[in-house]
Amino acid sequence: MVDVPSDVFAGIPPAEVGEVDLYHPRSWWTRYVFSQDAKVIAVQYAITAMAIGMVALVLSWLMRLQLGFPGTFSFIDPSQYLQFITMHGMIMVVYLLTALFLGGFGNYLIPLMVGARDMVFPYANMLSYWIYLLAVLVLASTFFVPGGPTGAGWTLYPPQAILSGSPGQEAGIVMMLVSLILFIIGFTMGGLNYVVTVLQGRTRGMTLMRLPLTVWGIFTATVMALLAFPALFVASVMMLFDRLLGTSFFMPMLVEMGQQTKYGGGSPLLFQHLFWFFGHPEVYIVALPAFGIVSDLISTHARKNIFGYRMMVWAIVGIGAMSFVVWAHHMYVSGMNPQFGFFFATTTLIIAIPTAIKVYNWILTLWRGNIHLTIPMLFALAFIITFVNGGLTGLFLGNVVVDVPLSDTMFVVAHFHMVMGVAPIMVVFGAIYHWYPKVTGRMLNETLGRFHFWVTFLGAYAIFFPMHYLGLLGVPRRYHDIGQTAFVPASAHDLNAFMSIAALVVGFAQLVFVFNMIWSLFKGKEAGGNPWNATTLEWQTPQTPPAHGNWGRELPVVYRWAYDYSVPGAARDFIPQNEPPARSAPQGIHP
Amino acid sequence: MSAIVLFMAGIAAIAGWWLSQQRLAAKPWLEEGAAGDFPGGSSMSLPAAKIGLGVFLAVVGSLFALFISAYSMRMQLIDWRSLPVPALLWFNTGVLIVSSGALQWAQFAAHRDDSEDVLTGLLAGGVSAVVFLIGQLLVWQQLNTAGYFLAANPANAFFYLITAVHGLHLLGGLVALGRTIVKAWRGAEILRLRLSVELCTMYWHFLLLVWLILLALLTGWADDFAIFCRQLLT
Repeated sequence: MVDVPSDVFAGIPPAEVGEVDLYHPRSWWTRYVFSQDAKVIAVQYAITAMAIGMVALVLSWLMRLQLGFPGTFSFIDPSQYLQFITMHGMIMVVYLLTALFLGGFGNYLIPLMVGARDMVFPYANMLSYWIYLLAVLVLASTFFVPGGPTGAGWTLYPPQAILSGSPGQEAGIVMMLVSLILFIIGFTMGGLNYVVTVLQGRTRGMTLMRLPLTVWGIFTATVMALLAFPALFVASVMMLFDRLLGTSFFMPMLVEMGQQTKYGGGSPLLFQHLFWFFGHPEVYIVALPAFGIVSDLISTHARKNIFGYRMMVWAIVGIGAMSFVVWAHHMYVSGMNPQFGFFFATTTLIIAIPTAIKVYNWILTLWRGNIHLTIPMLFALAFIITFVNGGLTGLFLGNVVVDVPLSDTMFVVAHFHMVMGVAPIMVVFGAIYHWYPKVTGRMLNETLGRFHFWVTFLGAYAIFFPMHYLGLLGVPRRYHDIGQTAFVPASAHDLNAFMSIAALVVGFAQLVFVFNMIWSLFKGKEAGGNPWNATTLEWQTPQTPPAHGNWGRELPVVYRWAYDYSVPGAARDFIPQNEPPARSAPQGIHP
Repeated sequence: MSAIVLFMAGIAAIAGWWLSQQRLAAKPWLEEGAAGDFPGGSSMSLPAAKIGLGVFLAVVGSLFALFISAYSMRMQLIDWRSLPVPALLWFNTGVLIVSSGALQWAQFAAHRDDSEDVLTGLLAGGVSAVVFLIGQLLVWQQLNTAGYFLAANPANAFFYLITAVHGLHLLGGLVALGRTIVKAWRGAEILRLRLSVELCTMYWHFLLLVWLILLALLTGWADDFAIFCRQLLT
C-alpha cells in the first residue's frame, strides 16, 4: 500500500489504492496489444468499431446507389441488396454504436471520471475486447463464405431467415448468430467491469450524485445491456438449433419449393418477442450514453452548470426501467393480441415524458449560457435538434392506428435513422472532438472539423428528411427496386437520386474525419492537460495522455459536483471537482 | 413473457431499494466539501469480486427467466407433447443438493479457520457436482434411447437445451472451484481463501435454486403457475 501522508481535512485522508495492486505490463505486447489497461482497451474497441463501421458505411453507399439509380449498377442484384441492408443495420446498431459507446467511451471514461486507477477486473476487460474482435471477424468473414452474408434483415425474423429463399441461408445466418453469441459473451465480461467499477471503484468523495452524467448514462445503459442481451442470446441459440439441428422452436409447418419442410408447429412470434425484448432496450442502450455525454458537452462548452441535475439522473434511471416494458410497439403488425398493442402504445407515450424532461433541461442549460460554438458544441446542438425530430416521428409510430399503414414504408427508416442513427452518431463525433485531446495530447484540426460537421449535419438532413415524405407516399422499405407503380410519382425517383448523392457526400466527409484523426495524431496542436477548462476528473490527471494507473501517487479527492462552471465569486469560470473548498483549503495539496 | 417481466420487476425492486439508500434527492450543487460531511452515497465496501458475482447472477437469472418465458409460450401450441420424467433426475437433484451443502460446509469451515475441513468440503462439492453432470448426461442417453430425440418435439428440444445451458454454467463454476481447490491444496492463507470459497458457495446455491425451478418447469409441476401467469397478462 502506498503511504498517504497528507490529510486534507481531519479524518478524511485521500483514498488509498495501492499501486502494487495494479497490473503492470512487462513487454510491448502486454502494454499495447494484450493490454489490461482500460485506456488501451478503449482505444482498441474504438478503432475496431470504427473500422467495421466503415464497412457498414460503404454498404449504405451501395444501397443508396441502387435506390437512387435503379438499373444502373448491374453488380447489385436483389439478393445482394438484402445482404447490404442486413449487414449495414446489424453492424451499425450492435458492432459500432453499442461497442463504441460502452466498450470505447465506457472503458476510457469510467475509471478516469470516477477517479479509479483502472477497471476492477482488468483481465476480464481484456478478454472482453478480444472476444469482441473475434465476433467482428466472424461477422466480416461472412462476406467471403459461399452464399455470402445473411440477407434476412437486421431483425433476422424466422422463418424466412433460415429458409432457402433468403440469401446467406447456407453459412451466412449461422455465422451471424455465432457472431452475436460471441459479442454477447464478450460484452458481458466488459459490462460487469463497467458496473462494478462505478459501484465499488469510486474515489473518496465521489458520491453517486457527484458523478458526471456521462457516467450515469453509461452505467445505466450497461445495466440494461447486461439484462437485455440475454434475450438476443436465447433467441440466437434457439434459432441456431432450428437451423442446424432441425428443432422447431420458431419454425412453423411450411412448404418450401413445393416440398414439405421438416419443421412444424413453431412460433415466429416467439422470436419477435425475444428479439424486441432485447431490441427496444437496445435503442436506449445507445441513447443513454449519448444523453449523458451530450449533457457534459453542453455544460462544459456553454460554461454553465447543467440545469436540473437531479431530474437528469432520475430521468436516466426512469428511462432505463421503462424501456423494458415497451418492446412490443415494434410488433403492432405481427398479429399479436391487439389488447397488447394498446398497452404498449400507452407505455411508449409515457416514456416520452422523461425523455422530454431531458430535452428541456438541455435547452435550459443553454439559456443565458456563455455558448462557445466549438466543434463538440456544434455536434451537441445538432444532436438535440435531430433527436427532437426523430422523437416526434416516434410519437406517430408509437400509436397503433398510425403505425399500421406506415409500418413497412420508408417513414420508419427515416424515423429510426434520425433518432438512433444520426442523433447518437452526432454525439459520438462531438465526444471524439471533445476527448481526443485527452486521449492523444493533441487537438483535432479545427478547419477540417468544421467542414466535417457542416457536411455531416446538413447532409444527414438532406438524406433523411425527404425520406419521411417518401414514406408518407407509401414507398415501401427493403425493396431493391420499386419499379413502376401507380402511387409513386416520378418526382419520388428524383428525390431518391438527390438523397443518394447526399449520402455519397456525407460518406466522403467521414473519410475527411478519419484523415483528421490520423493527421492530428502527429501534426495536431499540443492540447495541454485541460484545453476546454472542464471540471471533471479526467481533465485533472497529472499527465496527458494519462499514464498507466491514471493518477500519481494519490488518488484524487472529490469535493464538489461535476458542474461548477461560472460560479459567482470564483477566480476562474470553472472549479475542478478535486479542488478543495476555499473556506478551509490547506495549502499545496492538490493542483 | 410473464416470467421475464416478473424477474425484471424483482431486479427493479432491488435496484430501487438500493438507489433509495443513495441520497438521490441530494442537491449536489449545494454540497461543497469533503465526502464525510454528507452521509451516504460512497463506494460499496464489499469486495469487487462479490459485487461482480452478484451482477453476473442477475445476468444469468435473466437468461434462465427468458428460457422459461420462451418455454411457457411455446408449450401452449398444439404440437407440444410432454416428456416422461426419468427417475434418475431425482437422484441428480439430490446430488446437486449435497454438492451445495458440502460447499456451505466448506464456507462454515473457512470462517472457523479450519483449512482441512475447507479442502474436504470443496472436494466433496466438486466431486458431487461432477456426478450431477454425469447423471444429466445419462438422463440424455436414457431419453434418447427411449426415442425422445431432440428434434422430435419442442418439449424434447427445450429439455435438452435448458439442461445443457444449466450444465454449462455448472461446468464454468467447476473451473472456478478447481482453482479454489488448488489454492486450498497449496495452503493459501485462510483470509484469501475465504472469499473464493464464499463466491463458489454463492454461485452453487444460485445454480441449485435455478435447477429446482427448472425441474418444477420440466416435470410439469409449474404448469399451473405458468397458466396463472398467462392469465395475469391476458
